[in-house]
Amino acid sequence: MSVDTSLRFDKDYVTGFSSSRQEPAWLQELRLQALELAQELPMPKPDKTKIDKWNFTEFKHEATGTPVAFNELPEDVKALIGSEEEAKNVLVIHNGTPVYFALEESVKDQGVIYTDLLTAAKEHEELVKKYFMKAVAVDENRLPALHAALFVNGAFLYVPKNVELSAPIQAVYYQDDEAAIFNHVIVAAEDNSSVTYVENYLSTNESSESVANIVSEVYAGSGAKVVYGAVDNLAKGMTTYVNRRGRAEKDARIEWALGQFNDGNTVSDNTTHLIGDGSFTDTKTVTIGRGDQKQNFVAQIFNHGKHSEGYILTHGVMKDNASSIFNGITKIEHGATKSHGEQTERVLMLSEKARGDANPILLIDEDDVTAGHAASVGRIDPLQMFYLMSRGIPKAEAERLIIHGFLAPVVSQMPLESVKNRLVEVIERKVR
Amino acid sequence: MSAPNLKIEDLRVSIEDKEIIKGLDLEINGGEIHAIMGPNGTGKSTLSAALMGHPKYEVTSGKVTFNGEDLLDMEVDERAQAGLFLAMQYPSEVSGITNADFLRSAINAKREEGDEISLMKFIRELDKKMDHLEMDNAFAHRYLNEGFSGGEKKRNEILQMMMLEPKLAILDEIDSGLDIDALKVVAKGVNEMRSPDFGCLIITHYQRLLNYITPDKVHVMMQGRIVKSGGPELAQRLEAEGYDWIKEELGIKDETVGQEA
Repeated sequence: MSVDTSLRFDKDYVTGFSSSRQEPAWLQELRLQALELAQELPMPKPDKTKIDKWNFTEFKHEATGTPVAFNELPEDVKALIGSEEEAKNVLVIHNGTPVYFALEESVKDQGVIYTDLLTAAKEHEELVKKYFMKAVAVDENRLPALHAALFVNGAFLYVPKNVELSAPIQAVYYQDDEAAIFNHVIVAAEDNSSVTYVENYLSTNESSESVANIVSEVYAGSGAKVVYGAVDNLAKGMTTYVNRRGRAEKDARIEWALGQFNDGNTVSDNTTHLIGDGSFTDTKTVTIGRGDQKQNFVAQIFNHGKHSEGYILTHGVMKDNASSIFNGITKIEHGATKSHGEQTERVLMLSEKARGDANPILLIDEDDVTAGHAASVGRIDPLQMFYLMSRGIPKAEAERLIIHGFLAPVVSQMPLESVKNRLVEVIERKVR
Repeated sequence: MSAPNLKIEDLRVSIEDKEIIKGLDLEINGGEIHAIMGPNGTGKSTLSAALMGHPKYEVTSGKVTFNGEDLLDMEVDERAQAGLFLAMQYPSEVSGITNADFLRSAINAKREEGDEISLMKFIRELDKKMDHLEMDNAFAHRYLNEGFSGGEKKRNEILQMMMLEPKLAILDEIDSGLDIDALKVVAKGVNEMRSPDFGCLIITHYQRLLNYITPDKVHVMMQGRIVKSGGPELAQRLEAEGYDWIKEELGIKDETVGQEA
């Protein structure tokens, strides 16, 4: 696979792609450097999942969507964002093209910038330059490099100092073309600001081989609070690499609420750096694997600051032949005194052939800290099934109840009602 | 509704290749309350679990019909749908599902699609039955049996019975671990169900529950069989004199399964 990249997308292609979009010079330059790195760098090596046969490099790159009025949005998309009155702050990207956008005047007036990333790169060049590929480094491994070289679009959300937004900012990334998804999200919350961002990924491609290469970068300035909700629901045809990264400064807070329901093979990395003293992060994930899919989930927190706190809570259900690895990593760096890390991973396997593996890892380089972890992997309890069925509940329904029950402790704690409802809905569809 | 009938003929049940029930006959009709008594290890709980279709118990031979239909041929949920109910000695805890949601699923499982019980009606029924069992309404919204005390679990079993209105209920040691007040409440629930359309099999060590629920027939189980049957007076004699006189009468040295000499 290593030569494919250089074959398919070369310097000329990337230059042409960037020029056709009238991107600023620095961005084109960054893309070209990234392309070179993509050809040199190794693939990431997710612990316990072999991905060397997975296709991350062969795909159709571009597709287009057409801007539409709210009423013309696909029903699936409307279901996610609510009515036109409810969806006041929303960006819809269809096949890489921004097709619908709404932002309240009252939000704009406070200096908030919310737009698609390409527009932001032109209109807010310095800001984009400050944040783009800074939390996730271009040279981490081949996939972020490839992402930087070929990203198509995404969202840019900037919240100025002291601005507290109560209504959530929404995004839907919708793909009904066989082309790849190369989406990039930046959420930058300046000091003492507060924002909630909710995204939904949706694709319809069941059969042809395609790739999603997604990077999100979240920056929470001193005292800022970012709630980041995401529901991934990409169809079987997508092999996905998704990297969501956060950096929390002094007393900042980042809360992740992730529903990871892709149907294709997926490598997911959700890492938060607690840079500042007193910073806090909480990452909650639910997932269901089904069919033959293989997935690898990393939830990782680095405590750099003193008195920093990080929490990981993951519940996963594996059906059919699905297999997933859950790696929870809490790394407390030297000097991060009085910091705290805690993580829980639980996996429920529904069939003989389903596989789940939970690996809680605590790496502690500081004495004066507290940390704890819990993990469990188990099959559905035949006595619970017997109990439920003995009340007349058919087997499939009993399983459904047990799955909902298993995921409920995470779902019920999700910070947003809309994400919660969406999760219940997707779970319902997946367990039927 | 026709009066229920459960008929067990020469039933043999094994667990992990060890035979526990060794040829048992019993017939229960609507309107009747039977009690099976006997010391520990004589196969009483195995009988109830096997009738409900517990996955660990294997019926090796014999015949059980429920209202004329082959019970052993049915899946666990089908047995329940046919009107059989087992109040378990050790009910499972299921996290994340509230008692109320669970009960509603169970009630709706018996009804046709489109004919689900309305939420209002369900809540009304549930409140009424919980009051009857002197249960705090908060239990409706707690996860199924999770963190319930022994007595709370037992009340919850009876609550389920009352909500599901089975034709035939088996109560497996529903009295164990209950104080006298809880025992009375449970008995009240069972007595409330009494009718010609309802049959009941009570499995117990002790006579004390039978002070509050008068059985029509009492059976004594030893070595995986019913060794003696009688009326309510049999239970009273067992309470007063213990089981030794029966063992003596039948020449049994050790009443537990696998010890027949």
